[in-house]
Amino acid sequence: MTVEHYWAPTTLPDALDHLRGGDVTILAGGTDLMPQSHAGRVTLKRGLLNVRRVPELHRVERAEGAVRIGALCTITELMRDPLVREHFGLLADACDHFASDQLRNAATIGGNVCNASPAGDTLVPLLALDAEVELASKPDGRVETRRVPLADFFTGPGRTARAPDELLCAIRLPLPPPGFVGRFFKFGTRPALDISAISIAIGGVRSGRALTHVRVAYGAVAPVPLRARRTEAALEGAPLDAAAIDRVAATARDEVRPIDDVRASAWYRKELVFNMTRRILGDVAQA
Amino acid sequence: MSLKREIGFLLNGVETRATVPVDMSALAMLRDVLGLTGTKYACGEGECGACTVLVDGVSVCSCLQFAVDCEGRTVSTIEGVSREPLGAKLEQAFVDCGAVQCGFCTPGMVMQAKHFLEAHPHPTRDEIKRGIEGNLCRCTGYVKIVDAIEAASRGDR
Repeated sequence: MTVEHYWAPTTLPDALDHLRGGDVTILAGGTDLMPQSHAGRVTLKRGLLNVRRVPELHRVERAEGAVRIGALCTITELMRDPLVREHFGLLADACDHFASDQLRNAATIGGNVCNASPAGDTLVPLLALDAEVELASKPDGRVETRRVPLADFFTGPGRTARAPDELLCAIRLPLPPPGFVGRFFKFGTRPALDISAISIAIGGVRSGRALTHVRVAYGAVAPVPLRARRTEAALEGAPLDAAAIDRVAATARDEVRPIDDVRASAWYRKELVFNMTRRILGDVAQA
Repeated sequence: MSLKREIGFLLNGVETRATVPVDMSALAMLRDVLGLTGTKYACGEGECGACTVLVDGVSVCSCLQFAVDCEGRTVSTIEGVSREPLGAKLEQAFVDCGAVQCGFCTPGMVMQAKHFLEAHPHPTRDEIKRGIEGNLCRCTGYVKIVDAIEAASRGDR
Protein backbone atom coordinates (compact mmCIF):
# COMPACT_ATOMS: atom_id res chain seq x y z
CA MET A 1 0.00 0.00 0.00
CA THR A 2 1.38 3.39 -0.90
CA VAL A 3 0.55 6.56 0.95
CA GLU A 4 -2.21 8.49 -0.82
CA HIS A 5 -2.79 11.33 1.66
CA TYR A 6 -0.53 13.40 3.84
CA TRP A 7 -1.87 15.84 6.40
CA ALA A 8 -0.12 18.13 8.87
CA PRO A 9 -3.01 19.75 10.77
CA THR A 10 -2.49 22.51 13.31
CA THR A 11 -5.47 21.88 15.59
CA LEU A 12 -6.62 18.82 17.51
CA PRO A 13 -10.15 18.73 15.98
CA ASP A 14 -8.62 18.80 12.48
CA ALA A 15 -6.24 15.98 13.38
CA LEU A 16 -9.12 13.90 14.74
CA ASP A 17 -11.16 14.50 11.56
CA HIS A 18 -8.43 12.88 9.52
CA LEU A 19 -8.36 9.87 11.84
CA ARG A 20 -12.09 9.25 11.53
CA GLY A 21 -11.89 7.04 8.48
CA GLY A 22 -9.18 4.84 10.02
CA ASP A 23 -6.44 3.50 7.72
CA VAL A 24 -4.11 6.25 8.92
CA THR A 25 -0.56 6.10 10.26
CA ILE A 26 0.21 8.69 12.93
CA LEU A 27 3.58 10.42 12.72
CA ALA A 28 5.05 12.23 15.72
CA GLY A 29 8.84 12.11 16.25
CA GLY A 30 9.27 9.46 13.57
CA THR A 31 12.29 7.84 15.26
CA ASP A 32 10.62 4.45 15.27
CA LEU A 33 8.22 4.82 12.35
CA MET A 34 10.96 5.70 9.87
CA PRO A 35 13.28 2.70 10.43
CA GLN A 36 10.38 0.28 10.95
CA SER A 37 8.66 1.34 7.74
CA HIS A 38 11.86 1.36 5.71
CA ALA A 39 12.70 -2.13 6.97
CA GLY A 40 9.21 -3.31 6.01
CA ARG A 41 8.27 -4.21 9.59
CA VAL A 42 5.53 -1.56 9.55
CA THR A 43 3.48 -0.79 6.45
CA LEU A 44 2.43 2.82 6.12
CA LYS A 45 -1.33 3.11 5.71
CA ARG A 46 -3.26 5.05 3.10
CA GLY A 47 -3.11 8.28 5.10
CA LEU A 48 -0.06 9.70 6.87
CA LEU A 49 -1.04 12.10 9.66
CA ASN A 50 1.73 14.31 10.99
CA VAL A 51 0.47 15.56 14.36
CA ARG A 52 3.63 17.45 15.25
CA ARG A 53 2.13 20.85 14.47
CA VAL A 54 -0.73 20.63 16.97
CA PRO A 55 0.37 22.94 19.80
CA GLU A 56 -2.09 21.66 22.41
CA LEU A 57 -0.36 18.28 22.31
CA HIS A 58 2.90 19.85 23.33
CA ARG A 59 2.37 21.19 26.86
CA VAL A 60 3.20 20.08 30.36
CA GLU A 61 0.63 21.50 32.78
CA ARG A 62 -0.75 21.08 36.29
CA ALA A 63 -4.15 19.43 36.34
CA GLU A 64 -6.14 18.73 39.49
CA GLY A 65 -3.88 16.58 41.67
CA ALA A 66 -1.92 15.56 38.61
CA VAL A 67 0.45 16.69 35.90
CA ARG A 68 -0.70 16.38 32.31
CA ILE A 69 2.10 15.74 29.84
CA GLY A 70 1.29 16.43 26.21
CA ALA A 71 1.95 13.46 23.94
CA LEU A 72 4.35 15.44 21.76
CA CYS A 73 6.79 16.33 24.53
CA THR A 74 10.18 15.00 23.56
CA ILE A 75 12.30 12.96 25.92
CA THR A 76 14.75 15.87 26.18
CA GLU A 77 11.95 18.27 27.10
CA LEU A 78 10.70 15.91 29.83
CA MET A 79 14.19 15.47 31.23
CA ARG A 80 14.47 19.22 31.68
CA ASP A 81 10.90 20.03 32.67
CA PRO A 82 10.73 21.53 36.18
CA LEU A 83 7.41 19.84 37.05
CA VAL A 84 8.70 16.44 35.92
CA ARG A 85 11.96 16.85 37.80
CA GLU A 86 10.21 17.99 40.95
CA HIS A 87 7.52 15.30 41.16
CA PHE A 88 8.51 12.44 38.89
CA GLY A 89 12.21 11.79 39.36
CA LEU A 90 11.67 8.19 38.25
CA LEU A 91 10.56 9.38 34.83
CA ALA A 92 13.34 11.97 34.53
CA ASP A 93 15.86 9.19 35.36
CA ALA A 94 14.47 6.93 32.68
CA CYS A 95 14.60 9.77 30.14
CA ASP A 96 18.26 10.20 30.99
CA HIS A 97 18.85 6.54 30.07
CA PHE A 98 16.93 6.84 26.80
CA ALA A 99 18.90 6.15 23.57
CA SER A 100 21.12 9.14 22.70
CA ASP A 101 20.84 12.92 22.54
CA GLN A 102 19.77 12.89 18.89
CA LEU A 103 16.94 10.44 19.61
CA ARG A 104 15.87 12.12 22.86
CA ASN A 105 15.59 15.37 20.88
CA ALA A 106 13.10 13.87 18.44
CA ALA A 107 11.33 10.97 20.15
CA THR A 108 8.06 11.80 21.92
CA ILE A 109 6.54 10.34 25.07
CA GLY A 110 3.29 9.66 23.20
CA GLY A 111 5.20 7.73 20.56
CA ASN A 112 7.07 5.69 23.15
CA VAL A 113 3.74 4.77 24.81
CA CYS A 114 1.90 3.99 21.56
CA ASN A 115 4.75 1.82 20.27
CA ALA A 116 4.06 -0.35 23.31
CA SER A 117 7.41 -2.08 23.22
CA PRO A 118 7.82 -4.32 26.30
CA ALA A 119 11.24 -2.65 26.61
CA GLY A 120 10.10 0.97 26.11
CA ASP A 121 12.23 3.06 28.45
CA THR A 122 9.58 5.47 29.75
CA LEU A 123 6.86 2.86 30.16
CA VAL A 124 8.19 1.20 33.29
CA PRO A 125 8.43 4.43 35.33
CA LEU A 126 5.09 5.61 33.93
CA LEU A 127 3.48 2.38 35.16
CA ALA A 128 5.05 2.82 38.57
CA LEU A 129 3.75 6.41 38.64
CA ASP A 130 0.15 5.23 38.07
CA ALA A 131 -0.07 6.97 34.70
CA GLU A 132 -3.27 7.24 32.73
CA VAL A 133 -3.45 7.95 29.01
CA GLU A 134 -5.90 10.42 27.53
CA LEU A 135 -7.38 9.35 24.19
CA ALA A 136 -9.36 11.73 21.98
CA SER A 137 -11.63 11.01 19.05
CA LYS A 138 -14.33 12.85 17.13
CA PRO A 139 -17.02 10.28 16.33
CA ASP A 140 -20.00 12.65 15.81
CA GLY A 141 -18.36 15.95 15.05
CA ARG A 142 -17.52 16.60 18.70
CA VAL A 143 -14.22 15.92 20.41
CA GLU A 144 -14.59 13.18 23.00
CA THR A 145 -11.90 12.02 25.37
CA ARG A 146 -11.55 8.98 27.57
CA ARG A 147 -8.92 8.00 30.09
CA VAL A 148 -7.37 4.57 30.37
CA PRO A 149 -4.97 3.46 33.11
CA LEU A 150 -1.64 2.75 31.44
CA ALA A 151 -1.61 -0.73 33.00
CA ASP A 152 -4.74 -1.55 30.93
CA PHE A 153 -3.56 0.25 27.79
CA PHE A 154 -0.96 -2.31 26.70
CA THR A 155 -2.56 -5.42 25.21
CA GLY A 156 0.50 -7.13 23.68
CA PRO A 157 3.88 -6.41 22.12
CA GLY A 158 3.26 -3.31 19.96
CA ARG A 159 -0.47 -3.47 20.65
CA THR A 160 -2.61 -1.08 22.67
CA ALA A 161 -6.24 -0.35 23.51
CA ARG A 162 -6.17 2.74 21.25
CA ALA A 163 -8.94 2.57 18.62
CA PRO A 164 -7.95 3.45 15.03
CA ASP A 165 -9.85 6.76 15.20
CA GLU A 166 -8.28 7.77 18.52
CA LEU A 167 -5.26 9.94 19.18
CA LEU A 168 -3.25 9.67 22.37
CA CYS A 169 -3.21 13.31 23.49
CA ALA A 170 -1.61 13.24 26.89
CA ILE A 171 -0.28 11.20 29.77
CA ARG A 172 -1.67 12.09 33.19
CA LEU A 173 0.48 11.45 36.21
CA PRO A 174 -1.14 11.81 39.63
CA LEU A 175 1.11 13.64 42.09
CA PRO A 176 2.75 10.95 44.21
CA PRO A 177 2.12 10.89 47.97
CA PRO A 178 4.38 13.09 50.11
CA GLY A 179 7.76 11.47 50.77
CA PHE A 180 7.55 9.25 47.67
CA VAL A 181 10.95 8.03 46.50
CA GLY A 182 11.61 6.11 43.32
CA ARG A 183 14.47 4.19 41.76
CA PHE A 184 14.91 3.36 38.09
CA PHE A 185 17.35 0.78 36.80
CA LYS A 186 18.04 -0.24 33.22
CA PHE A 187 20.34 -3.06 32.26
CA GLY A 188 21.89 -3.06 28.81
CA THR A 189 25.30 -3.83 27.36
CA ARG A 190 26.26 -0.15 27.10
CA PRO A 191 24.77 2.99 28.59
CA ALA A 192 23.77 4.65 25.30
CA LEU A 193 21.46 3.49 22.54
CA ASP A 194 20.76 0.10 24.00
CA ILE A 195 17.46 -1.66 24.28
CA SER A 196 16.94 -2.91 27.81
CA ALA A 197 17.61 -6.52 28.69
CA ILE A 198 15.48 -5.62 31.70
CA SER A 199 14.41 -2.42 33.40
CA ILE A 200 12.97 -1.82 36.87
CA ALA A 201 11.08 0.98 38.55
CA ILE A 202 10.40 0.78 42.27
CA GLY A 203 8.72 3.51 44.28
CA GLY A 204 7.18 3.99 47.67
CA VAL A 205 7.00 6.09 50.79
CA ARG A 206 9.54 5.36 53.48
CA SER A 207 7.83 4.52 56.76
CA GLY A 208 10.23 3.45 59.50
CA ARG A 209 12.12 0.43 58.13
CA ALA A 210 9.49 -0.31 55.52
CA LEU A 211 8.07 1.07 52.28
CA THR A 212 4.37 1.83 51.92
CA HIS A 213 2.33 2.95 48.88
CA VAL A 214 4.61 0.60 46.98
CA ARG A 215 4.66 0.47 43.17
CA VAL A 216 6.87 -1.91 41.21
CA ALA A 217 7.14 -2.32 37.44
CA TYR A 218 9.44 -4.28 35.13
CA GLY A 219 10.33 -3.86 31.45
CA ALA A 220 11.34 -6.47 28.84
CA VAL A 221 10.22 -9.39 31.00
CA ALA A 222 6.73 -10.03 29.59
CA PRO A 223 4.67 -9.36 26.43
CA VAL A 224 3.79 -5.95 27.90
CA PRO A 225 5.54 -3.67 30.41
CA LEU A 226 4.57 -5.30 33.68
CA ARG A 227 3.09 -3.79 36.81
CA ALA A 228 4.17 -6.37 39.39
CA ARG A 229 1.24 -6.56 41.80
CA ARG A 230 2.41 -9.69 43.64
CA THR A 231 5.83 -8.19 44.22
CA GLU A 232 4.17 -5.00 45.45
CA ALA A 233 2.07 -7.00 47.93
CA ALA A 234 5.19 -8.76 49.23
CA LEU A 235 7.03 -5.45 49.63
CA GLU A 236 4.20 -3.32 51.06
CA GLY A 237 4.89 -2.58 54.71
CA ALA A 238 7.57 -5.25 55.11
CA PRO A 239 10.58 -4.19 57.23
CA LEU A 240 13.49 -4.01 54.79
CA ASP A 241 15.80 -6.58 56.41
CA ALA A 242 17.86 -9.08 54.43
CA ALA A 243 15.29 -11.87 54.70
CA ALA A 244 12.40 -9.68 53.55
CA ILE A 245 14.42 -8.25 50.67
CA ASP A 246 15.29 -11.77 49.49
CA ARG A 247 11.66 -12.81 49.73
CA VAL A 248 10.49 -9.79 47.69
CA ALA A 249 13.19 -10.34 45.05
CA ALA A 250 12.23 -14.01 44.77
CA THR A 251 8.56 -13.05 44.35
CA ALA A 252 9.60 -10.73 41.52
CA ARG A 253 11.62 -13.49 39.87
CA ASP A 254 8.54 -15.73 39.95
CA GLU A 255 6.20 -13.02 38.76
CA VAL A 256 8.06 -11.98 35.60
CA ARG A 257 7.56 -14.01 32.41
CA PRO A 258 10.52 -13.25 30.14
CA ILE A 259 11.43 -14.92 26.88
CA ASP A 260 14.77 -15.89 25.32
CA ASP A 261 15.79 -13.42 22.67
CA VAL A 262 18.84 -11.81 21.10
CA ARG A 263 19.44 -9.57 24.11
CA ALA A 264 19.22 -12.13 26.92
CA SER A 265 17.89 -15.56 27.84
CA ALA A 266 14.79 -15.91 29.96
CA TRP A 267 16.87 -17.47 32.73
CA TYR A 268 19.32 -14.56 32.70
CA ARG A 269 16.52 -12.02 32.81
CA LYS A 270 14.98 -13.75 35.83
CA GLU A 271 18.34 -13.75 37.60
CA LEU A 272 18.78 -10.05 36.76
CA VAL A 273 15.34 -9.27 38.14
CA PHE A 274 16.19 -11.11 41.37
CA ASN A 275 19.65 -9.60 41.81
CA MET A 276 18.79 -6.05 40.81
CA THR A 277 15.56 -5.92 42.82
CA ARG A 278 17.58 -7.08 45.80
CA ARG A 279 20.28 -4.49 45.17
CA ILE A 280 17.80 -1.62 44.76
CA LEU A 281 15.93 -2.55 47.93
CA GLY A 282 19.23 -2.92 49.77
CA ASP A 283 20.16 0.61 48.67
CA VAL A 284 16.77 1.94 49.74
CA ALA A 285 17.17 0.24 53.14
CA GLN A 286 20.59 1.90 53.62
CA ALA A 287 19.45 5.33 52.46
CA MET B 1 4.98 5.70 -6.56
CA SER B 2 4.73 7.44 -3.26
CA LEU B 3 2.76 10.61 -2.82
CA LYS B 4 4.98 13.68 -3.14
CA ARG B 5 4.83 17.04 -1.43
CA GLU B 6 6.60 20.29 -2.11
CA ILE B 7 8.08 21.77 1.04
CA GLY B 8 9.95 24.94 1.92
CA PHE B 9 12.47 25.40 4.70
CA LEU B 10 15.58 27.35 5.65
CA LEU B 11 18.64 25.24 4.80
CA ASN B 12 21.92 26.65 6.11
CA GLY B 13 20.36 30.10 6.04
CA VAL B 14 19.02 29.80 2.49
CA GLU B 15 15.29 29.53 1.64
CA THR B 16 15.04 26.15 -0.04
CA ARG B 17 12.22 24.27 -1.78
CA ALA B 18 12.14 20.59 -2.53
CA THR B 19 9.63 18.06 -3.80
CA VAL B 20 9.86 14.86 -1.80
CA PRO B 21 8.00 11.58 -1.38
CA VAL B 22 6.15 11.79 1.93
CA ASP B 23 7.93 8.73 3.28
CA MET B 24 11.43 9.98 2.38
CA SER B 25 13.95 10.70 5.12
CA ALA B 26 15.52 14.12 5.51
CA LEU B 27 18.86 12.42 4.90
CA ALA B 28 17.76 11.11 1.50
CA MET B 29 16.38 14.53 0.64
CA LEU B 30 19.64 16.26 1.54
CA ARG B 31 21.84 13.81 -0.34
CA ASP B 32 19.73 12.65 -3.28
CA VAL B 33 17.34 15.54 -3.95
CA LEU B 34 19.45 18.54 -2.94
CA GLY B 35 22.92 17.11 -3.61
CA LEU B 36 24.36 17.95 -0.19
CA THR B 37 26.42 14.83 0.45
CA GLY B 38 28.32 16.07 3.51
CA THR B 39 25.71 14.43 5.75
CA LYS B 40 26.51 10.72 5.74
CA TYR B 41 24.34 7.63 5.48
CA ALA B 42 25.63 4.78 7.61
CA CYS B 43 23.29 2.69 9.75
CA GLY B 44 20.01 4.23 8.63
CA GLU B 45 18.36 3.53 11.97
CA GLY B 46 19.61 6.14 14.44
CA GLU B 47 22.34 4.03 16.02
CA CYS B 48 25.47 5.76 14.68
CA GLY B 49 24.94 9.53 14.43
CA ALA B 50 26.76 9.90 11.07
CA CYS B 51 23.69 11.66 9.64
CA THR B 52 23.32 14.19 12.49
CA VAL B 53 21.91 17.57 11.44
CA LEU B 54 20.32 20.36 13.46
CA VAL B 55 16.60 20.97 13.00
CA ASP B 56 15.40 24.16 14.68
CA GLY B 57 18.78 24.22 16.41
CA VAL B 58 18.43 20.75 17.92
CA SER B 59 20.48 17.73 16.85
CA VAL B 60 18.60 14.83 15.29
CA CYS B 61 19.41 11.83 13.13
CA SER B 62 18.35 12.92 9.66
CA CYS B 63 17.84 9.26 8.70
CA LEU B 64 14.91 9.13 11.17
CA GLN B 65 13.46 12.52 10.33
CA PHE B 66 10.66 12.60 7.76
CA ALA B 67 11.68 15.07 5.04
CA VAL B 68 8.12 16.47 4.80
CA ASP B 69 8.34 17.37 8.47
CA CYS B 70 11.12 19.85 7.64
CA GLU B 71 8.39 22.11 6.22
CA GLY B 72 8.76 25.62 7.64
CA ARG B 73 11.72 24.69 9.84
CA THR B 74 15.41 25.54 10.02
CA VAL B 75 17.87 22.84 8.99
CA SER B 76 21.63 23.14 9.48
CA THR B 77 24.09 20.70 7.93
CA ILE B 78 27.86 20.34 7.89
CA GLU B 79 27.99 22.36 4.66
CA GLY B 80 26.89 25.47 6.57
CA VAL B 81 28.73 24.86 9.82
CA SER B 82 31.62 27.27 9.28
CA ARG B 83 29.24 30.21 8.76
CA GLU B 84 28.86 30.49 12.52
CA PRO B 85 31.72 31.22 14.95
CA LEU B 86 31.25 28.06 17.05
CA GLY B 87 31.00 25.88 13.95
CA ALA B 88 34.12 27.44 12.46
CA LYS B 89 35.98 26.95 15.74
CA LEU B 90 34.96 23.29 15.91
CA GLU B 91 35.98 22.68 12.32
CA GLN B 92 39.43 24.16 12.95
CA ALA B 93 39.77 22.25 16.24
CA PHE B 94 39.06 18.93 14.48
CA VAL B 95 41.81 19.80 11.97
CA ASP B 96 44.30 20.98 14.59
CA CYS B 97 43.75 17.96 16.86
CA GLY B 98 43.86 15.45 13.99
CA ALA B 99 40.42 14.28 15.07
CA VAL B 100 39.78 12.72 11.67
CA GLN B 101 40.80 9.26 10.53
CA CYS B 102 38.63 7.95 7.70
CA GLY B 103 36.41 11.01 8.15
CA PHE B 104 33.08 9.31 7.68
CA CYS B 105 31.78 10.06 11.19
CA THR B 106 33.25 13.58 11.21
CA PRO B 107 30.30 15.60 9.85
CA GLY B 108 27.95 13.99 12.37
CA MET B 109 30.47 14.44 15.18
CA VAL B 110 30.92 18.13 14.38
CA MET B 111 27.17 18.77 14.20
CA GLN B 112 26.51 16.93 17.46
CA ALA B 113 29.45 18.69 19.12
CA LYS B 114 28.05 22.05 18.01
CA HIS B 115 24.66 21.30 19.52
CA PHE B 116 26.31 19.97 22.67
CA LEU B 117 28.61 22.97 23.16
CA GLU B 118 25.75 25.41 22.65
CA ALA B 119 24.07 23.89 25.72
CA HIS B 120 27.31 23.10 27.64
CA PRO B 121 29.89 25.80 26.85
CA HIS B 122 32.41 24.56 29.45
CA PRO B 123 32.13 20.79 29.61
CA THR B 124 34.33 18.23 31.34
CA ARG B 125 35.74 15.39 29.23
CA ASP B 126 33.17 13.02 30.73
CA GLU B 127 30.37 15.38 29.76
CA ILE B 128 31.76 15.54 26.23
CA LYS B 129 31.79 11.73 26.03
CA ARG B 130 28.21 11.65 27.20
CA GLY B 131 27.33 14.37 24.68
CA ILE B 132 28.58 12.31 21.73
CA GLU B 133 27.27 8.97 23.00
CA GLY B 134 25.04 8.73 19.94
CA ASN B 135 27.94 9.05 17.48
CA LEU B 136 30.09 6.08 16.55
CA CYS B 137 33.61 6.29 15.11
CA ARG B 138 34.49 2.94 13.59
CA CYS B 139 38.18 3.96 13.46
CA THR B 140 37.76 4.32 17.26
CA GLY B 141 39.52 7.70 17.18
CA TYR B 142 37.56 8.99 20.11
CA VAL B 143 40.41 10.48 22.14
CA LYS B 144 41.27 13.06 19.52
CA ILE B 145 37.62 13.80 18.87
CA VAL B 146 37.11 14.54 22.56
CA ASP B 147 40.35 16.59 22.47
CA ALA B 148 38.96 18.64 19.58
CA ILE B 149 35.63 19.34 21.26
CA GLU B 150 37.44 20.26 24.46
CA ALA B 151 39.80 22.57 22.53
CA ALA B 152 36.87 24.25 20.78
CA SER B 153 35.19 24.81 24.12
CA ARG B 154 38.33 26.49 25.46
CA GLY B 155 38.77 28.52 22.32
CA ASP B 156 42.26 27.02 21.71
CA ARG B 157 43.72 27.43 18.31
